[in-house]
Amino acid sequence: MKLLGKLDWSAIPFDQPIPLAAGALVIVVILGVVALIFAKGWAPYIWNEWICSVDHKRIGVMYCSLAMVMLVRGFIDALMMRTQQSVAFHSGGYLPPEHYDQIFSAHGTIMIFFVAMPFVIGLMNFVVPLQLGVRDVAFPTLNSVALWLTAAGVLLVNMSLVVGEFSRVGWLPYPPLSELTYSPGVGVDYYCWALEISGIGTLAGGINLVTTILKMRAPGLSYTRMPIFCWTALASNLMIIAAFPVLTATLAMLLLDRYLGFHFFTNTMGGNQMMFMNLIWIWGHPEVYILVLPAFGVYSEVVSTFSGKPLFGYRSMIVATMAICIISFLVWLHHFFTMGPGGDVNGVFGIASMIIAVPTGVKIFNWLFTMYGGTVRFRVPMLWSIAFMITFVIGGMTGVMLAIPPADFILHNNLFLVAHFHNVIIPGVLFAAFAGYVYWFPKAFGFKLDEGWGKAAFWFWVIGFYLAFMPLYVMGLEGMPRRMQSYDVPQWQPWAHVATVGALSIMCGIACMVIQLVVSIRNREQLRDDYGDPWDGRTLEWITPSPPPEFNFAVMPNVTGEEAYWGLKEAAREQQRITRPVPEYEDLEMPRNSPTGFVCAFFAVMMGFALIWHIWWLLVLGFIGAYATLVVFAWRDLHERIIPKEEVARIDLENRARRNLALQEGRV
Amino acid sequence: MDIMASPPRRGRFRPPAAARVLGLVCLILMTGCREDSVFTPIGPVANGERLIILDSVVIMLAIVIPTILATVVVAWWFRASNRRAKRDPSFVYSGRVELVVWSIPALTILFLGSLAWISAHDLDPAKPLKSNVQPLDVEVVAMDWKWLFIYPTQGVATINRLVAPTGTPLRMHLTSATVMNTLFAPEVGSQIYVMNGMVGTMWWQVDRTGTYFGQSNMFSGDGFPGMRFEVAGVSPAQFDAWVAATRGRGPALDETGYRALLKQSSDLKPYAYGSVAPGLFDAIVQQKLPPGEGPVQAGNKNPFVRPVRSP
Ligand code: HEM
Ligand SMILES: [Cu+2]
Repeated sequence: MKLLGKLDWSAIPFDQPIPLAAGALVIVVILGVVALIFAKGWAPYIWNEWICSVDHKRIGVMYCSLAMVMLVRGFIDALMMRTQQSVAFHSGGYLPPEHYDQIFSAHGTIMIFFVAMPFVIGLMNFVVPLQLGVRDVAFPTLNSVALWLTAAGVLLVNMSLVVGEFSRVGWLPYPPLSELTYSPGVGVDYYCWALEISGIGTLAGGINLVTTILKMRAPGLSYTRMPIFCWTALASNLMIIAAFPVLTATLAMLLLDRYLGFHFFTNTMGGNQMMFMNLIWIWGHPEVYILVLPAFGVYSEVVSTFSGKPLFGYRSMIVATMAICIISFLVWLHHFFTMGPGGDVNGVFGIASMIIAVPTGVKIFNWLFTMYGGTVRFRVPMLWSIAFMITFVIGGMTGVMLAIPPADFILHNNLFLVAHFHNVIIPGVLFAAFAGYVYWFPKAFGFKLDEGWGKAAFWFWVIGFYLAFMPLYVMGLEGMPRRMQSYDVPQWQPWAHVATVGALSIMCGIACMVIQLVVSIRNREQLRDDYGDPWDGRTLEWITPSPPPEFNFAVMPNVTGEEAYWGLKEAAREQQRITRPVPEYEDLEMPRNSPTGFVCAFFAVMMGFALIWHIWWLLVLGFIGAYATLVVFAWRDLHERIIPKEEVARIDLENRARRNLALQEGRV
Repeated sequence: MDIMASPPRRGRFRPPAAARVLGLVCLILMTGCREDSVFTPIGPVANGERLIILDSVVIMLAIVIPTILATVVVAWWFRASNRRAKRDPSFVYSGRVELVVWSIPALTILFLGSLAWISAHDLDPAKPLKSNVQPLDVEVVAMDWKWLFIYPTQGVATINRLVAPTGTPLRMHLTSATVMNTLFAPEVGSQIYVMNGMVGTMWWQVDRTGTYFGQSNMFSGDGFPGMRFEVAGVSPAQFDAWVAATRGRGPALDETGYRALLKQSSDLKPYAYGSVAPGLFDAIVQQKLPPGEGPVQAGNKNPFVRPVRSP
């Protein structure tokens, strides 16, 4: 028996300089950052105030930061694919298939699970409790566990860069290719365990937010007064609860096949690969709406704020949201019309898929009418929103095309499909994330992001997007399959070049975003948001100071209508001072910070690594550690901390003073 | 008001730029597709599918383009600096607008839904093609990473080359000796997944002579890009001549030959087998012959960590 299971020196890709160098660079950077933190004496602060934090705002910020770092990783993968396809005409290019196949698999996996998901979840975590007028989520420590389990998944995926390999079978591990016979390496195991661990985190986060929204709203905040972002968050998290267990179970079955010789999806012994496709897409289609619904919520908030108008057709937006929430569970089969199920089945699912386009179309028109009659300010979040509306309808159109079975018979699985889903997911989710990032950044940190660099990033991204993905439609129509490491058809190459130029433009966009952050931190005094409402907002988060205190609200706001904050602001503007009387402050109980989440994730990584490499003693160790963490947490005596009323009063009165000043100066 | 708001300046946000991009895109799409593509169909299947694609695009563009224009125009007209725009912040609900807003997409989808329903039946890959010509049977096996085409009636087989007499419906039965794949030739038409232990039926027809590009369209492992095949459209007379010239010559595809094929290889040049063991296809489907063995046997140092494709 080997002490380290399958692990030996052959796991390190000495023959592949690119991942080796990239991995070394990442390790150096991480060590550098850690060294800096210790050298500057920041370690206790980072440990106590961030890593152990159970504050939903900090957890939200950490989710989004994780997503942004992973966006860079995922984008580097994309850039490598683009350049490879530019040069790989009649030649092997510079990436051998063994490596190229890992890259597209890692790109897809990372972009969906570790960029789009954490970004959206981070925004929901940060914003929803503030918009609901409450002090935290329902289960703060669970929230921290969810975050760190996601981070554990991220760590495992990135570890595969230097230890072993990542999956080479695409972002969804279709069997039998992903079975042991055809993928004997550790790649698929990395993929599965990373997603099993982070999937548990996602599910926990979903339960948390649903409970929060259903059970913890401010007094008077009935369902029909809830900001639309909270509605979309509710829908999205309900879908997480319904769909993610399916993913976990499906991957578990695949793992049973791979580890214990089961035959759920194998070629032989009665395995059924079609079952896998059904199961994975029963999760997979709702997943895209899990991502896009909160994004629609962001756009609703942004368009309404920057048009200076309430959202047009608020109730029909709710209906549309909930309709999408339900219908999206009824369309999964459109991902395999080409499995040959026959005209009736294909027809039904084709129509069901198109029906989703109706509520989505309604939303576009409602945003349009929100702008109509408004006073539109083209600030960065609004620019992202307008670019989204324009671009998304194109993606929606190609989506409906793919929902027509015979069209799909010829477009399925080629670059047309790749163009389509980037055309919906980049404007639909990523642009929303960027809009939300700029929009809520001042709330989180107390200063705004630089406008000029923000606009530069916007233009590079949008132009880059069109250049990078419109050619893919053409290449798809010209019959180029997806996931091609090399090719022999000359007419594809010019389009591949155009797409590479687009990717380079996106690279400039990302660079502008980095510069924007640096410049804004430098100029934070000029960009200061001194009273908490930098965009003339309409929902409750803008009533708090920026950044909000740990307890968010000194007293729970009393909501008397839609757009709770707007009403109060109007009154205050008339009187040129805050009209709410100074409340009676009370001691507040807030949950204590806890290392439970981080420690849990540490043991989860240990267990994941042990499982991937068959190091059974490490698995036992990890399990004992995780269990001990649970016991320690369950037996804790103190779980709350009192914030004395003097402290609450001090913070709130200071904020009131700043706001009153701003009101008198007519700045609000 | 927003404290930082510099008055929005003219020229910062340029809808014409967006419009220009869009124009460029349409242009690209139109010019791009005149080359070999789904828009140059060579048979009834691709032809039907091309029609569906065009129909649906045209129908949807009729809404998509006005929506895009309306977005740009409304956003621009109601910009904060436009003195002439009439502001009405209380315009937040209108039953009439709601009705229109729900019915436009609903009607479109009703229309396209009917199109989907009818065409899903008409163009079902398994539906026999109507023709006076007797269909030709072809049995297709996806392997790691090549295509095996068996002509059971003629008793010949090819690798990576589908020889198709023009004007003759091809009645294809498809399976896989390995993982999932799809047989895809953009100018010919439909694709369906092929799976081990299962048979799919698909009809193709090539109406013009010439050589056309084909490729597996479902990623199937490291050698996947080399899983190309050509569709050779030949006249029926040429087809018969080809069969006569091939039969009895060259290698024979018996069980030993087949087992050799199961080893992973890609980028194979097309070649033909002069004879085929009878019932080979059925034996593959019924798994009397084993499925492909994957990369393990390829003689890597440690295939359980990072398998490398055999040369
Ligand atoms: C930022 C710019 C991006 C670029 C330039 C880019 C480029 C690419 C390319 C070249 C491929 C491979 C296409 C092929 O199979 O030949 C790909 C695949 C994919 N991308 Fe992206 N992408 C980007 C962003 C995203 C985002 C934001 C997401 C999701 C949130 C995403 C999700 C995926 C997925 C799921 C795949 C499929 C992977 C697979 O084939 O298994 N991409 N992308
Ligand atoms: Cu779907």
